[in-house]
Amino acid sequence: MAEQITFIIGSILALGAGFIVVTNRNLFHGALALMISFLGVAAIYLSLDAGFLAAAQLLIYIGAISILIIFAIMLTRRMMQTTEDPFNSQFLLALAASVTVFAILFSAIVYVWPLTASNSVPLAAKTAVADAVLQDTVVNLGSAFVGADGYVIPFELASILLLAAMVGAIIVAWPKPEDVA
Amino acid sequence: MNIAELFPKLLDLTVFDYLRSVWGNAPWVEVVLDIIAILTVSTFALLLVFLLGWTERKVLARMQDRIGPNRVGGRFGQLQMVADVVKMMTKEMIIPAGADRIAYFAAPILSLMTSLLLFAVLPFAPGLIGVDLNVGVFYVLSISSVSVVALLLAGWGSNNKYALLGAFRSVAQLVSYEVPMILSILVPILLARSMSTVGLVEAQPIPFFFYAPLSAVIFFVASLAETGRSPFDLLEAESEIIAGFHTEYTGMVFGLFMAAEYIGIIFMSALFVTAYWSGYRLFGLENVVLNGLQLGRILGFLVIAGKTAVVFFLFMWIRATLPRFRIDQLLNFGWKFLVPLSIVLIFVVVILDKVLVEVGLVGGSNEVVRMGIHLVSNLLIGWATIEILRRRAKTARQDYEAEAAARDAARVTAPAHAD
Repeated sequence: MAEQITFIIGSILALGAGFIVVTNRNLFHGALALMISFLGVAAIYLSLDAGFLAAAQLLIYIGAISILIIFAIMLTRRMMQTTEDPFNSQFLLALAASVTVFAILFSAIVYVWPLTASNSVPLAAKTAVADAVLQDTVVNLGSAFVGADGYVIPFELASILLLAAMVGAIIVAWPKPEDVA
Repeated sequence: MNIAELFPKLLDLTVFDYLRSVWGNAPWVEVVLDIIAILTVSTFALLLVFLLGWTERKVLARMQDRIGPNRVGGRFGQLQMVADVVKMMTKEMIIPAGADRIAYFAAPILSLMTSLLLFAVLPFAPGLIGVDLNVGVFYVLSISSVSVVALLLAGWGSNNKYALLGAFRSVAQLVSYEVPMILSILVPILLARSMSTVGLVEAQPIPFFFYAPLSAVIFFVASLAETGRSPFDLLEAESEIIAGFHTEYTGMVFGLFMAAEYIGIIFMSALFVTAYWSGYRLFGLENVVLNGLQLGRILGFLVIAGKTAVVFFLFMWIRATLPRFRIDQLLNFGWKFLVPLSIVLIFVVVILDKVLVEVGLVGGSNEVVRMGIHLVSNLLIGWATIEILRRRAKTARQDYEAEAAARDAARVTAPAHAD
């Protein structure tokens, strides 16, 4: 029961705020609504027993990415008069694309690779994840990332990618020799 | 049931176990208990603001050779904060023209909310904690990163360029000092092999301060900056640059920001105690059982309260004695000194502790040896850091002196031409 309530609150937050993001004329309010939408997603992670993911969602999406977006809005627009028209000629295409993505994900989860046991009702039964996995999610996540029989190579590749991006950012922002002199 | 029977029961069980035994286990009971717990912890945190606000004014006054509050509520002005809050409540609330009302009012609420949410994972005593998340410390970091948003909302919503500039300055400071803070609190996490706050306390028969004094100092400095305290109080700095992001806030709306700030300071002191000074533990005092009464819980609470008070006193002491940093000095200090040093410390702790595990020097009676090795490594790194800093200071001083000498020479020759 409590899980359902959490899920409903989380999805109302995520979807309702997401709707405001795309229809609002004020860019700054749109960014705020985006934050609330991220918060709703974090709530859904929590109801799925993924506390680490929920905290990471808060830290990265609300604490970092949203602030980056707000900074970008503040520094590039005339701040108090951001009244953009949310709809342009591409909105039908975008609608079609998002509906397609939704249909693919939905059918994949329900019909192609169902997480629930085969004889139960899709989306209603408890997922077939072992309780032991849910007990120690952080420990399992950690050993899956860096354990020798885990995903250590993809993890390190992602780290190298991030490091390269960071070095690139520093190079781009580095003062050019003619500027220094 | 009378009080005399109730008291020993409360020490044995928690209040909640007692209420459960009275109310049975209907589904609504847990919800009601959760709500009671949330209200209790938040009210406790908010009431602490009264106590600590008064203490701070009194201590600061004494350090500055003043008397401080001495009228309201007796010789020591104990009710000064009550009077202050009444004053704030009765003040007119002025909303600036052209303010973005949603952002303007969301900011103080969000600010207080994030501060109060932090208390959910603070272990007050053995078994006395809001919720023992297995990602406790990570939860704290993610919640405090959300508090940055409140500053931006306040700065932007006020429709005031000084408030907005103040907000940018604050965000730059908070985002920068989050990095050394996260990196330095990783060290106790690595030593304890647990991200839960209770796990951190349980892993400290010897406080982690003695394993990693350098990380502790870095964490303390970063928490000073994160809470916007002197010498990093550029968030406010009302005497030089206008009060920053809350320039346009009056009355109780400003009061919410102030309450959030104090609650943040209390929490950071308590987190420092939990991560480095073994929280509610003090020589087994937290497990005392006397005549079948579990006094340990109360003693543990007093222990963590006392330790936190000492750290809070340090906060006040620093505020009363140190001058303010400039914004460029502050950012340089964070990025060019604290961050590299804490990365080095993490590498050393990871490698050293792995070696110690392989050798079998972890846990039980070997804990002292483990502590000693970590301490020696920390002292060596500290010595090397000071040596590097001294060399750089020397070259900087020589450059400066050469420059000054050249300037003096130019000044001596210039009048000669004039004559």
